[in-house]
Amino acid sequence: MATIYIDNTPFEVPTGKNLLETCLTLGQDLPYFCWHPAMGSIGACRQCAVKVYKDENDTKGKLFMSCMEQVRDGMRISIVDPEAKEFRAHVIGWLMTNHPHDCAVCDEGGACHLQDMTVMTGHNYRNYTFDKRTYINQYLGPFLNHEMNRCIQCYRCVRYYKDYAGGKDLDVFAAHNHLYFGRAEDGVLESEFSGNLAEVCPTGVFTDKTLKQHYTRKWDLTMAASVCHHCSLGCNITAGERYGTLRNITNRYNGEVNGYFLCDRGRFGYEHVNSVSRIRKSLVRSNLPEATDKYTALQAAVQLMRQGRVIGIGSPRASLESNFMLKTLVGEDNFHHGVSDAEHDLTELSLKILRESDARTPSLREVEKADAVFILGEDLTNTAPMLALAVRQAVRQEPLLEQVSEAKIPVWQDAAVRELVQSEKGPLFIAVPTATKLDELATQTYFAAPDAIARLGFAVANIIYPESPGVRGLKNNDLHLAQQIADALMKAKNPVIISGTSSGHEAIVKAAANITNALVAKEKSAGIVLTLPTSNSMGLAMLGGHRLQSAFEAVENGYADTVIIVENDLYRHASEGAVTNFLKSCKKVIVLDYLHSQTTEHADVLLAAGAFSEADGTLINNEGRAQRFYQVYPTIEDIQESWRWLGELGTIVAHDQISWWHGYDDILSAIVKEHPEMKGIEMVTPPSDFRIAGQKIPREPHRFSGRTAMRANINVSEQKPAEDPDSPLSYTMEGYRGQPPSSMIPFFWAPGWNSNQSVNKYQQEVGGHLKGGDPGIRLLEPDTSYEVSFSAAVPEKFMPMDGHLFILPLHHIFGSEELSAQSASIQERIPEPYIAINTDDALRMKLYEGQLMPFAIDGQLYQLPVKLSPTIASGTAGLPVGLPGVKFAELPAWAILNRELQWKPQHQTTF
Amino acid sequence: MFSLLRSMWLTFLHAFHKRDTIQYPEQKAILPTRWRGRIVLSRDPDGGERCVACNLCAAACPVDCISLQATEDEHGRRYPEFFRINFSRCIFCGYCEDACPTYAIQLVPDFEMGEYNRQNLVYEKKDLLINGQGKYHGYNYYKVAGMAIGGKDKGEAENERPPVDVKSLIP
Repeated sequence: MATIYIDNTPFEVPTGKNLLETCLTLGQDLPYFCWHPAMGSIGACRQCAVKVYKDENDTKGKLFMSCMEQVRDGMRISIVDPEAKEFRAHVIGWLMTNHPHDCAVCDEGGACHLQDMTVMTGHNYRNYTFDKRTYINQYLGPFLNHEMNRCIQCYRCVRYYKDYAGGKDLDVFAAHNHLYFGRAEDGVLESEFSGNLAEVCPTGVFTDKTLKQHYTRKWDLTMAASVCHHCSLGCNITAGERYGTLRNITNRYNGEVNGYFLCDRGRFGYEHVNSVSRIRKSLVRSNLPEATDKYTALQAAVQLMRQGRVIGIGSPRASLESNFMLKTLVGEDNFHHGVSDAEHDLTELSLKILRESDARTPSLREVEKADAVFILGEDLTNTAPMLALAVRQAVRQEPLLEQVSEAKIPVWQDAAVRELVQSEKGPLFIAVPTATKLDELATQTYFAAPDAIARLGFAVANIIYPESPGVRGLKNNDLHLAQQIADALMKAKNPVIISGTSSGHEAIVKAAANITNALVAKEKSAGIVLTLPTSNSMGLAMLGGHRLQSAFEAVENGYADTVIIVENDLYRHASEGAVTNFLKSCKKVIVLDYLHSQTTEHADVLLAAGAFSEADGTLINNEGRAQRFYQVYPTIEDIQESWRWLGELGTIVAHDQISWWHGYDDILSAIVKEHPEMKGIEMVTPPSDFRIAGQKIPREPHRFSGRTAMRANINVSEQKPAEDPDSPLSYTMEGYRGQPPSSMIPFFWAPGWNSNQSVNKYQQEVGGHLKGGDPGIRLLEPDTSYEVSFSAAVPEKFMPMDGHLFILPLHHIFGSEELSAQSASIQERIPEPYIAINTDDALRMKLYEGQLMPFAIDGQLYQLPVKLSPTIASGTAGLPVGLPGVKFAELPAWAILNRELQWKPQHQTTF
Repeated sequence: MFSLLRSMWLTFLHAFHKRDTIQYPEQKAILPTRWRGRIVLSRDPDGGERCVACNLCAAACPVDCISLQATEDEHGRRYPEFFRINFSRCIFCGYCEDACPTYAIQLVPDFEMGEYNRQNLVYEKKDLLINGQGKYHGYNYYKVAGMAIGGKDKGEAENERPPVDVKSLIP
């Protein structure tokens, strides 16, 4: 700790930080542009100048850029010094000489860092009387809008895009005062993290293009804390609504999970909520017209439930509450996970590993601090994108720890650090079936069939800890690689092993667990990260339940005849034939969902459930962190959360437990009572009767406009605002105006800080944890009571089969996930279906790029264009999972190649 | 006694003064041009809608009686998709006019807005938009803004240089 004097007031501050972040942590308002807490300082914009005095007798002082100056004990600085203030006002005056007169039509307006800083410095009138510079804009794809005129040349975009996120196609061009930030030519930005540019850019050069289509100022949005539903990492988001439709997603800082950034799937996948395939009215098929009101639908559903023997099928994308409610309603014995059996087993295995392992599963922030990473079988950029971004930071750790600390350069001195480190990278080993975007960072990559990947993993574990089972018949090259990996992991202080379920291969996950256990046995503080298929896969696994196959069998054997399916398109989890057969053999089908799908077509009663922005619930992410998402806006009566529908059904049929639950909090306490392991989820957020100074927390900013006109076209007499029984948030702008508890911050705002950069004011220290702790409660911590056990399931060597291909699942960030694939902007980025085949194999089989190849997996026929891949192992092929038009098959699986296969074009329904 | 007679005399004299009362509604009052009455949306000198749907009027409105939604034409010109003022809430404070960066929203000298049915006091864009520039002549926001719209490309606004040639190194 050091004492510094800011304007003669002493403050106790930690050493090692720069002056700017220290001042911001202390709550001082100091303008800045080029500095970003996640990216450090480069001292480019000259905006954060302060006066630094030699000692208490020095009255003159010197101007310093606070972001470039390290805190020293006894330092005396002044922020309010007239010379410093004038300097800052001049700098912003210069930055604004070419800034267009655009605020009224600029999407950033009202949430603009440049606006905030201009007001903060007091620069009111443009003194520059000459002409303004202009630029031609570029087309940058469906996600971002480009308006180069507004640029203030702070370099944040390229520093983020290239240095932080590893993008290649955004750069700075031209020279002197003609600098141009964009692509070499018009085109779609390639990075999966490009959407963050909208938040990184301090002004409106890069703005959210999806927001532009239904533009709303930040102050006009009804916002609430939410959690991303598009992968298992559970990034924190803020969702904003106006006039009944969801308008945008912005980052909600969580120091442990996503930090300042989101991936494009998370940021732009929200449009599925507004999509045309939404279910907005409940349907009863026996009625005419089918669309009906809530009470008729409830009655119809209750009638079906009373007549039949009911089983329930849950969903990994439904909240914990909805799944638990279904489980209670149909009974534990009749509750099935709506996922394929392979996925079921893999998720259970992952949960078992995390429960019983001595190794901790690190959060994303901890992964960023890892100094050696070994990835087994996961294409992170496509299955858990933010984890890939974390790995990109992790490879910088070793050089940072070794060279930079040796050279006594503080890590926030970004330019100096990058100059010193150059392209040096820490150990990262990737063993995957085919090339991934992270390969460029890897020390070594290993492209092989899943069995070979698992064998490599087992070998590494064996080398680290000889008591773990060994692998026989490993080739010399592979053995050498295993040795290299083992050495790197042993040398590191915080090695992290990353694997997951996307490969569909149990042995890979087991191998990853073995390595971690081996490292722990050697008393290393190793971490294991396992990615899961869907947002609440972990929650579903923790609830427990039967396989989907047993649901099929229950109906086939006549044990049950009525099924309740909650937020699940079964066609994405089992083969088409099996599901159709199942749904047809069910006497009655009740479906609760918010998007029309092939499954909802079979529903006798379809209840309109709320999408993530219309529901309250809890998700448990892949590290076992329970996080609450709040309803963003009130819905019409016909749409409600699945757990509320099921609760009402339970109350009508007088279920002995459900009838006693009144509201959200009761469900949480029931979950905890039933599942002691989940103790803590009732404390993720304050209970619904929580108040600050007797007031609720408003979802709307105090500048929210149009209250008395929004619905005046329907009725000039204003309605009473909707009430939220489930949370301490109100749907209005009235309520407590201070900072709410960190888990329920509806939006970031501080006086003078309208943009998202106001998050500074919510953090304990800038870039650190939120005040009151980061949201979410981890339910899984290392348990030393279990004996370390090593899996001995070492697979045999992979042997190609003649006339067959071993089909591996390939994932795509855009398209493989069910919900985001319904989003209009994401749809523009979904690749065409293909089958990836090894180049040599293709040559042998006389296949050329683009040729249609017919094949069959488990009796299901496919015909897809061939895509040649030099990296995929011979004898295997990659099939993109979940893309529209690619039918489900449990992968990996053997496919029969039949060149003479009769292919009858079939009508395909896509939604 | 005197004061009583004097008062009566003065009152009598008023019978010959010029009348302040006018025979409204047969005779209309002459209002100052800055009178804050009915709100209109004006057009720029080229006949285009001046309103760019920036939402500042709505934010400034102390009774929150303005609501609108922004949209864009195919050339990127922003305009309100709908623009609604609930005059049954309006207090005619004129803050919206002060906040407007484009002179689009203006309060005009007209107060004859009485209705029997309150619902009729909800004005939509078709009721608000006039075919003229209103009080402020000559101003065309898009001629000074940096955005390119139909008929005005980058660098063609007032006080703008032609677009930068990124490939040039000449100072």
